Parts: sequence; structure tokens; C-alpha cells
Amino acid sequence: MKEFIKHLRYVLTENPVTLIAGTMFVLLIIAAVIGASIVPYDPMASNASQSLKAPSWDHWFGTDQLGRDVFSRIVVATRLDLSIAVSAVAISFIFGSILGSLAGFFGGWVDRIVGRITDTIMAFPLFVLAMGIVAALGNSVENIVYATAIINLPFYARVSRTEVNVRRSADFVLAARLAGNSSLRLLATHIYPNTLPPLMVQVSLNMGWAILNAAGLSFIGLGVRPPTAEWGIMVAEGAGYIVSGEWWLAIFPGLALMLAVFTFNLLGDGLRDLIDPRRRT
Amino acid sequence: MKRNDKLRIIFGRLIQAIPSIIGIIIVTFILTRALPGDPAVYFAGPAATEKSIQEIRTSLGLDKGMLEQFWIYASNLARGDLGVSVSTGLSVKEELIRRLPASLELTFLALLFSIGVALPLGIAAATRPNSWVDQFCRIVVTAGVSLPVFFTGLFMVYLFYYILGIAPAPLGRLDIIYLSPPSVTGFYTIDALLDGDFETFGAALSQMILPAITLGIFTLAPLARMTRGAMLQVLSSDFIRTARASGLKRSTVLYTYAFRNALLPILTTLGMVFSFMLGSNVLVEKVFAWPGIGSFAIEALIVSDYAAVQGFVLAMAILYVLLNLTIDIVYTLVDPRVGLES
Amino acid sequence: MTEKKMSNTFPLLDIKNLSVEFRTRSGVVKALEDVSLEVFRGEIVGIVGESGSGKSVSALTAMGILDPAGHVTAGSISLGGLDVLGAGEAVLQTMRGQQASMIFQSPRTSLNPIRTVGKQIGDVLHRHNMADRQNLREKVIKSLKTVRIPDPDRRFDAYPFELSGGMCQRIMIAMALACSPELLIADEPTTGLDVTTQAAIMDLIRDLSRERNMATVLITHDLAMAADYCDRIIVMHAGHVVESGSSHDLFTSPRHPYTAKLMKATPHGGGNLDDIASIPGGLPDLRGVLPPCRFSGRCERHEAICDSSAMITKEVSPNHFVNCQRPL
Repeated sequence: MKEFIKHLRYVLTENPVTLIAGTMFVLLIIAAVIGASIVPYDPMASNASQSLKAPSWDHWFGTDQLGRDVFSRIVVATRLDLSIAVSAVAISFIFGSILGSLAGFFGGWVDRIVGRITDTIMAFPLFVLAMGIVAALGNSVENIVYATAIINLPFYARVSRTEVNVRRSADFVLAARLAGNSSLRLLATHIYPNTLPPLMVQVSLNMGWAILNAAGLSFIGLGVRPPTAEWGIMVAEGAGYIVSGEWWLAIFPGLALMLAVFTFNLLGDGLRDLIDPRRRT
Repeated sequence: MKRNDKLRIIFGRLIQAIPSIIGIIIVTFILTRALPGDPAVYFAGPAATEKSIQEIRTSLGLDKGMLEQFWIYASNLARGDLGVSVSTGLSVKEELIRRLPASLELTFLALLFSIGVALPLGIAAATRPNSWVDQFCRIVVTAGVSLPVFFTGLFMVYLFYYILGIAPAPLGRLDIIYLSPPSVTGFYTIDALLDGDFETFGAALSQMILPAITLGIFTLAPLARMTRGAMLQVLSSDFIRTARASGLKRSTVLYTYAFRNALLPILTTLGMVFSFMLGSNVLVEKVFAWPGIGSFAIEALIVSDYAAVQGFVLAMAILYVLLNLTIDIVYTLVDPRVGLES
Repeated sequence: MTEKKMSNTFPLLDIKNLSVEFRTRSGVVKALEDVSLEVFRGEIVGIVGESGSGKSVSALTAMGILDPAGHVTAGSISLGGLDVLGAGEAVLQTMRGQQASMIFQSPRTSLNPIRTVGKQIGDVLHRHNMADRQNLREKVIKSLKTVRIPDPDRRFDAYPFELSGGMCQRIMIAMALACSPELLIADEPTTGLDVTTQAAIMDLIRDLSRERNMATVLITHDLAMAADYCDRIIVMHAGHVVESGSSHDLFTSPRHPYTAKLMKATPHGGGNLDDIASIPGGLPDLRGVLPPCRFSGRCERHEAICDSSAMITKEVSPNHFVNCQRPL
């Protein structure tokens, strides 16, 4: 444990970027958890007299077309955006890693079937498939989560498959097998937990992409509906005002998106250095 | 590698694409049958009468078993029947064909921009390690994968149209004062040139620049990263040492020897890039009011025009398969070792 | 260390007091220190030593294609009158392949995998203006014939992966000799090939050298091969030249303790210097502070003078030189 803390400290200090990413991550979590209670304005409160005001001391990020405070809406939106991404990633991680592990461990027809499933999903341009899935299942936030989860599944299936395959003939596995463990038990209790560290790196890297995907879907009008505060829909609502110069409605939510994605990408890189420094690019 | 062998391998790749297409057809079929409630109602549209719903039900075979329904669906596809768009009243196929050139023209320009920047940047970064070019390349790569493409688009509109005033208004393919050129390819730029109309050519091109760059920036990152990585790896290989020891000129070593070999993993990356590109196309079309199949799909989604959405997903998927096939074939032509391991 | 001229002519390759270091993450590696050696026209010289002794580094520096991480800190290299270390890249590029050539080990990976061997040889000819579009193919086929490749007309369009290791090495030799250089450096040309092919390749190199009166440097860790093919041998250890002399002298009466150990450790039937376990100790760490004699750590004849005085060169018999305070 001490070794881990020491290594963690080394990674955080050796690359200042990782430290920045870590800080931003913490800020995001804070915004998501208690954001609603600490924002200066009610994100839903419209005030026609205050509409389309540029950023000022009163309204740090300005107000939108209904007079709502953009800053408050962005902070509050953190929870929704992160929950969507986290749920989607969690679902695709669980199903993807289980399918991938089974494929990597047993090989044969299991591998072929899982391969067919992932190949079929990947035969589509992924965002287009997500659009199709949301159209099919119905226009709701829940379905945004499912659609994002499905298109991310092949990613986890492939990584899991490789990781399990690599460890399948490792010494510790042979030892456990000799001790009398059945195949499935072997996979579940010995191999699978061992694949989790590298998988966690992928999860972090994938979170950024999941956030972009979900935001893209809401940008084109799927899932989230007004007056909900969500970064993607805020950009969509603000898009029309860009041409008349009211940039703050769209640009700030966009920056928030960018920051969140950036944070997770950097965090993923940092995690990769922490867990397996050999894999650095 | 003899020509016959190459043809045989290419044919093999074509055959390999078939399971993908079958999978795509199955998935698009499942997507429409996953709708809660009566699919016929959805396909008939919000303004349907009881009679039209019944007509749809029989023509799609919705009263029959699943397998039969699939068979009807597949044979309709084979005949090119993608159903009717309830929002426009035209056949989906017609709509897609009408709007496809706009999307293709945009995607093509974006691809040219992307490759035109990513490849030289990656090569320069690889040949000058730790220089400012290298650092710049790394920044571009890291930033590129974090930027939401619709945000980039809006930002560019704000900067170049509103503030600097050098870009035209994001209102589609051509400013109202221009007439679209007589249609030969459907690409306004090419058609205008063919017509000898340079003014319209310029106008069409200027409308396309901002959306193309927006789309291109997004795909720039993975391409630049792979180019840099592949070049670095190739440049440290044995045969480059031999080439240098033989006194070959730096340009020969870099392009004929190193870059051509690096092209192979770059081609493989292009496959992933196309996936992003086709998906982001939809978002860019919305931002710039581009009348392509992406905005068609967005409109269709909003009014629940299911046949149109299904047609869109199918068309994009087939396009993607064709693009991947093209990459595969180019790869086979470039690398003489392909097909011998199997 | 200096060598007396073998003949009245000047050496074709003259390396004087060359020192090269590599800056790595774990420190500065002094790969070569005060290395001097000469190669004369028409002779076949072998440079032998364990891996890491600096044989390849010397050759790469002489050709001007040292890894960018390497820096020349002292010395000079003269190749056919050209000051290699002072020359610009353009001049060096013209020199390489035309005046001096180098071939490497693992011939399969040392050839461009996606270009036909004919085109690769053609590239060299074309670059040095030795062929134009019309007669390119003809000249390439001629060069394939000189390296004894059967059915050269068909082989022109072959790719490296379609050829055996021995064939690929012949292709590399063809590339190297296409413009008739005066000097050929062969860096472990037969490592990885089977024994019969090894002999065939070495015979080819020797025959071509004699035919063209071309100076040839054979870098190897196979002492038996050096004995069979080389007129003269230079022994290197840990970045130093330790002994040089005719093949006969070195094998019958080695005077440096290291050379003597090498001869004893590898029976004449064949022997790979890297298999030697019988010389106690290993190569010294080239990163730290090193004594004047880098063999002193594992030398039986080591005494105080070896550490206190700068290295000296002794001519123990005509044209037989040793860098040692206490030669045998």
C-alpha cells in the first residue's frame, strides 16, 4: 500500500498535467454532487427582463434567452452529463468485459459469437448507430444511456478479450487450476479481477468519448428536453444566437464539455502511467 | 506479387464484406421492430388514417411472423425500396439520393483538409523530435480528441463570421443570390467549374470552408498521431539504415522508403477516422445548416419519420462498409505481403 | 594508438584517436575512447570483439551514419582523403554507396519490405548517376550476376520476403557494390545464416574484394571466420583497440592478455565470442569513471602501473601492435 501511495505521489508530481487533471476531476465531482446547492441562481428561474445579458459581475457567464443564469445552469448540468456518461460507461463496461472475458477465456464458438456481435456493432459509424437506437427505443434520457452503452460495448469486449487471453496461461492461473478450481470459477475469481487495472485505464479514456457522444445526441435534440440544464442542449439552444453575437450561451457550455472530456483523457493517461508505465506512448 | 494473386485477394475482401452487410440489414430491421407499440402506426406517420395504417401493415407484412417480415424487408431493400418519408411524401431513396452529394462534397473536402494537414504535421514532428513542431503536433493531438465537433463549428462561426467577418453566413451550400449550377455530379464546386462559372465556384467553396475545417479538425488528431508514431517507428528500422548507408538522398529515404512503409498503419487508422467522420457529419450539418443526409436524418428524428431514419442509418452503414473496403483494397495494393500469411 | 603504414601508400580509411559518447537517460556512455585504426587499399581487415566493444560504432561513425544520440568528442576520420567528421551531409551522402559502402546483419529486415529488390539496387545506381532509365534494369541484372544470384531476370521483381536470408544478403552486397566503392564495411554479415550459406557469402565477399582490389572491413565476433578470411585483425575491447597485427601473428602469438584469452577460449573449429564464459568478469560499465586500461578489471597480469599511467602502444614485432603496459 505504501508503495502504491509513493508511486501515486511520483506520478502526480512528475507530470504536472496529471495533477491538473486530478484537480479538475475533483472539481467536477464537487460540482456534480453539491452543485445545485451552491450555485448563485436557480438554474430554472427565468427572468425575461434579464435575458441575453453579456457576462458581468452579476452573471459570470451571462444569461440566456429566458434570462436564466448560464453559470448556474452549467454547474448544475454537470450532474446530469456525468451521470449519463457514468451510467453508459458502467453498463457497457460490465457487459462488454464479461462478454470479452468469456470470449478470451473459452475461445471457440463463444469467441466467434462475441466477435460477430462486436463486428456488427462496429460495422456502423458509431454515432449514427446511436441515433438509430434512440429513434428505435424512444426519445428519452434513459435511451441515450442505453444507446451510448451499446456503441461503447465493442471497445470493452475487445480489451477484455485481449487481457484475459494474455493471462490465460499465466503461472498463477495454472497454480489455481491445479488447486482444483473449475474453469468458470478460475475466470471469475482469479483472471477477471486481474484484468481490472488496465481496464480502468480504458474506462477513464472512454469516459471522455462517452460524454462527447451523449452531448452530441442531445445537441441534435434527442433525449434531453428543455428546460433541463444539460451541456449539449445548452449549446444547441445557444447556437442560434452565435450569429447575432451573443456568444456566451453556446460557448460556455461547450467549454465545460471540453474541460470535462479533457480531464478524463488526461486522467486516463495518468492512470496508465500509474498502472503500467511500460505502455506509455 | 502477381496480378492474379492481387485480384484474388481483392475478391476475397469483397466476399468478406458480405457478412457485415448482412449484419447491418439485420440490425436495421431489429431497430424498427423494437419500437414500443404498433410499428405500422409509426411508419404511417402522425397524419395517417386507419386505411393507410392497414396498407402499411400489409405492405410491410406486419401481420406475419418475424422471419417473413425480415424476408419482406430484405427483398424490398434489394429492389431499392426504402419506404416513404412521411414528412416529405417522397420515397426515402429519392430523398437520400437528392441529398447525398451535399454530404459527400463536404466530407470529401474535410478529408482533404485533414490529410493535408495531418500527414505533413506528423512527418515533420517525427523528423524533428522535441522541436516546436513536435510539441505543436502533440498539442493538436491532445486537444483534437477532446473538442466536441459542434462546439468547434460554433466557435469558428463566431470567430470567422461574426468577429472577423471573413466567412459567409452559415446558411447552407450557397448564398441566396447565387443559382446552383447545372447538376452533373451534384458537387456544386465541380459542377460550377464544368459550367465555367467561377463566381459560383468561389461562392460554393467559401460556404464549404468553415464546415469542412470543423469536420477536418476532429479527424486530424488521430491521423496526426498515427503518422507521427508510424514514421518514428519506421525511421528507426534496419532498412532505413541501409538506405542511408547507400547514400540515398534524404528526400528519397523519407518519402519513398520511410513514408510508404508508414502509410500502412496510417491506412488502418483511416478506417476509424471514417467512422468518426460520418458520425460527426450529422453534427456539422446541423451547425452550418448544410442540406445533406445528416440534417435530413435530424429532421426525420424530430418528426418521428421512422422510415427515413432507418434509411439514413442503412445508407451511412453501407457507405462506411464501402469506405472500409476501399481502404482494404488500397492496403492490399500497397503492401505486397498481404494474403500470404493466411 | 598509431599503426605503421603497411605499405608505402596512405591508408584508405584512417581513424585517429576517435572518441564517441552516447548521452542516455542513465548517464553518458563512453562507447569509444581514443580509437585509432587504419585500413589499406586491397586488404581484408577483421575487427573482432565481444558485443559492446565498439566495433559497429566505429564503422557507423566512419560512414557518418551514427545514431543521433551519439556524439564524437575527439579524433578525426579520413576516408579516401575526405574528412568525414567535418564534411557536410550532402558530401557524405555522395560518398556513401559510391566511395564506401556498408552491409549489415539480418539482411531480411535490412531491405525495404515493400519494394522489389531490383528497384532497391536501381535506387542506388540512379542516385549516384550510374544508370539512367533505359539501362537501369540491365545494370541491375548485371550486379545481381556478380553476386551469383541465379535467374537474375526473374529475381529483379522479387520482394525481400520472397527470398531466403542468404539471397537477401547477396542483394545487400549487390547494392553495396553497385557503384564500385573502394571500401566495403561488412558488419556481421553472416550472423543468423546457416553454416553453408555463411561460407558461401564470405567466399563471395572475399572473391569480390580480391577482384576489385577493394578494401574490406569485416566486423565479426566469430574468430574462426576472421582467421579464415582476414589478412589483418584488429581486436577491440570495451571501446578500446587492444591489439592489431596480421592474422598469422595474432593467432600464433597473441600479445595482449585479452587476445590470448580469446584465442584460448575459442577452439579453432569455430567459436562465437559471445559464448565465452571462461573470461571471468564482464565488460566494464562504460558510464562511470574508467581506468586507462578497460581490461584491467579482469586481467591476470594487472599491476599498479596499469592504473597509474596513460595507455601506451608497443610494436612487439613488425606491424604487430599492442596497447598494454605489460604485454605477454
